[in-house]
Amino acid sequence: MATAAGTVPQIEEAGGVWSWVTTVDHKRIGALYGLTALIFFLLGGVEALLVRTQLATPNGQVLDADLYNQLFTMHALTMIFLAIMPLGVAFFNYFVPLMVGARDVAFPRLNALSYWIFLSGGVLLTSSFFLGGAPDGGWFGYAPLSSEEFATTSKAMDFYVVGLLILGISSLMGALNFAVTIINMRAPGMTMMRLPVYIWMTLITAFLLILSLPVLTVALIQLLFDRNFTTNFFTPQAGGDPILWQHLFWIFGHPEVYILILPSFGIVSEVLPVFSRKPLFGYAAIVFAGVSIAVLGFVVWSHHMFTTGLATVPQIAFSASTMGIAIPTGIKVFNWLGTMYGGNIRFTTAMYYAVAFIAMFTIGGISGVMHASPPVDAQQQDTYFIVAHIHYVLFGGAIMGILAGVYYWFPKMTGRFLDEGLGKLNFWLVFIGMNLTFFPMHFLGIAGMPRRIYTYDSGLGWDTWNLVATIGSYTIALGMLVFLVAFFRAMRQEKTAGDNPWDAATLEWATSSPPPEHDFDVVPVVRDRDPLWYDRDHNIEPPEVPEHQHIHMPPPSYIPVVLALGVLLLGVGVLSHLAVTALGVVVILYSIWAWALEPTD
Amino acid sequence: MATTPQTMHHTTTGIDNRKLLMWIFLANECLFFGSLIATYLIFKGEPMPGPLADDVLNIPVTSASTFVLLMSSLAMVLAVYGAHHARPGMMKVWLLATILLGLTFLGFQVYEFRHFAHEYHLGLSTNQFGAAFYVMTGFHGTHVGVGVIYLASLLFASMRRNGLGRETGFHVETAGLYWHFVDIVWIVIFTVVYLIPA
Ligand code: HEM
Ligand SMILES: [Cu+2]
Repeated sequence: MATAAGTVPQIEEAGGVWSWVTTVDHKRIGALYGLTALIFFLLGGVEALLVRTQLATPNGQVLDADLYNQLFTMHALTMIFLAIMPLGVAFFNYFVPLMVGARDVAFPRLNALSYWIFLSGGVLLTSSFFLGGAPDGGWFGYAPLSSEEFATTSKAMDFYVVGLLILGISSLMGALNFAVTIINMRAPGMTMMRLPVYIWMTLITAFLLILSLPVLTVALIQLLFDRNFTTNFFTPQAGGDPILWQHLFWIFGHPEVYILILPSFGIVSEVLPVFSRKPLFGYAAIVFAGVSIAVLGFVVWSHHMFTTGLATVPQIAFSASTMGIAIPTGIKVFNWLGTMYGGNIRFTTAMYYAVAFIAMFTIGGISGVMHASPPVDAQQQDTYFIVAHIHYVLFGGAIMGILAGVYYWFPKMTGRFLDEGLGKLNFWLVFIGMNLTFFPMHFLGIAGMPRRIYTYDSGLGWDTWNLVATIGSYTIALGMLVFLVAFFRAMRQEKTAGDNPWDAATLEWATSSPPPEHDFDVVPVVRDRDPLWYDRDHNIEPPEVPEHQHIHMPPPSYIPVVLALGVLLLGVGVLSHLAVTALGVVVILYSIWAWALEPTD
Repeated sequence: MATTPQTMHHTTTGIDNRKLLMWIFLANECLFFGSLIATYLIFKGEPMPGPLADDVLNIPVTSASTFVLLMSSLAMVLAVYGAHHARPGMMKVWLLATILLGLTFLGFQVYEFRHFAHEYHLGLSTNQFGAAFYVMTGFHGTHVGVGVIYLASLLFASMRRNGLGRETGFHVETAGLYWHFVDIVWIVIFTVVYLIPA
């Protein structure tokens, strides 16, 4: 690759912990996000294995009820907020600037700040295990369980509140940054309707975050006040309204599930055309379906509350709007199938995951439409049927999409390939494992097994399927172990990937693998929705690299870390002593001032 | 061409990145205050022990503080005008006026909170009116406070030898966006809490 060599100093090569702490390079921040999230993903996996081990047989003795409650709660919180969301953000970071043809995100320091605040929030939340007990009220922390009277003995639910507030700040900053980058930093010729679908899905995700997080923030603040400052928003015996919490939580919570899945929609929409060697089928339909999913996603939240005694008319309205979401979702599925139809398909591991994504996600979508009907939901609510649904969409959907992205983009990010043999093994273990684990949960739910029970008696007809599910979960774990092996082996290989090993169409493949610090020697010009294929088919040579060019990248900065530390102190203060909060405020004010004065060029 | 992404002036839409950021951030704030106001409305009219809105609110006093905040928006407009038309003196005077008016509004709020607490014994735990009222208006007041610090730091920075530099107009205008937004939120809160009868 003839790109950057010699023209600009390769800061990329500069090593050392300090260079990572102070980095504002979107690619390095993406790597930090990805590795941190991978560690949390493994942690969440261990929590899940403990839960499944306890449930493998009737009257399991592995965990007591208290620890069990902490583990299933932390499993969900970890997977949602510390694994899937940041894995999505890792790809946003790495690929949004590259795919829109920019040299970095709009606000590089803000980007670093998002990461450090995310790390603070994740560590704070997880540390609760060692500081008196982790949150144990379920990931949606329904009010009576989270109120002072039920959770006075420990600070567990305060960790929940403070942890999620901190993580929310991080997500909001990231979302703002990506929204501005996508709207405002596109390469010449990159019109909105030429944006890669992945970028569209990122933009939609960013707006979902921007519009739904504040609702959660308010709910958490009210819970914080209930628990610490004597208000009674959610305490029924003092006139409060626990249902209010449910409304606020799910007004955030349902858009949140799309925040988790849309990035994977986007990844799959990139992977399928490349490995079918034909353009995406129905680009505009996919984009508009994504937009309508996001809009509809704000008017369906009460399908989580059908059994709370909603009046008939709202039940019908929320049922109809929920079923309505299946329409744009179905459009997307048909577009993906249409993309593969008649294509010259290459069955790489990335493609395996993308195809499996379509199948698994569709199963989850179908069970979703089932409990969109209130009478059906009355049977299924709070049973393992719901657990089956959420894992088909979140594991079969979000995680499989992310894994497709990992195999697809690994050569771009590292210059190396993940081994295809190990990849296929990883795929089959994970695929079989997940179906063994989660398909039987449909049966368990219909047989009446409630979710979140720490043990059950024999003779209820639940024994076999529980054992199968546990075996499945260990199969998944084995599959992920294979992935880790493939990962570490790949990192010791030569960098042989070249610029565009898959013959892909989007701009990130127009630069070296891994890309230079400034991404592109010459900012590309976009002439088509699939720019690299257009250039290939029209024999357009890549632009000349000027002899002596001087590309100025923003200098590293330590201020984001300090500011994130201030936010952490703020949170720790709320959990311990007000003096720490005050210190946090001072640190924050100081670093904002320093931030404003720091030269950026 | 030697510009960092942050100061790059050729954006796709022509809008400066930082201003776009502020606009989108304000969309986020709409939902934030929307949720607080919705909470207030949900409890409004529910049976609960007193004192309630009708017992404690003093509409003439708060009308006065509302007027003060509205005038601060006018002052802000004049400061932005001064910043855009290379009249630093005018800009500084009106920035100072905005800050002082903002502080006056906060003074009214402190008085109001103390009055409710001491005179009527309305606390956070008294009833849901108290809880929703204090949290909602408290967070609004916090926003005004942040705005005051924001404007004060601009004023402070504009005292330096180079002032706010080439981008004076831009900085003051972006701060103005925030300030006007916080004012508009107050208009909504004032209407919902004080003007619409129980
Ligand atoms: C066609 C699309 C979908 C429909 C119609 C649908 C419908 C539903 C309904 C009605 C519930 C409430 C069930 C209950 O608690 O009784 C539910 C729960 C849930 N759905 Fe979906 N869903 C769809 C897609 C998705 C997607 C794409 C995701 C995430 C990526 C998702 C994640 C969840 C989660 C996490 C829950 C359970 C939350 C909890 O109780 O812990 N769903 N879904
Ligand atoms: Cu939902």
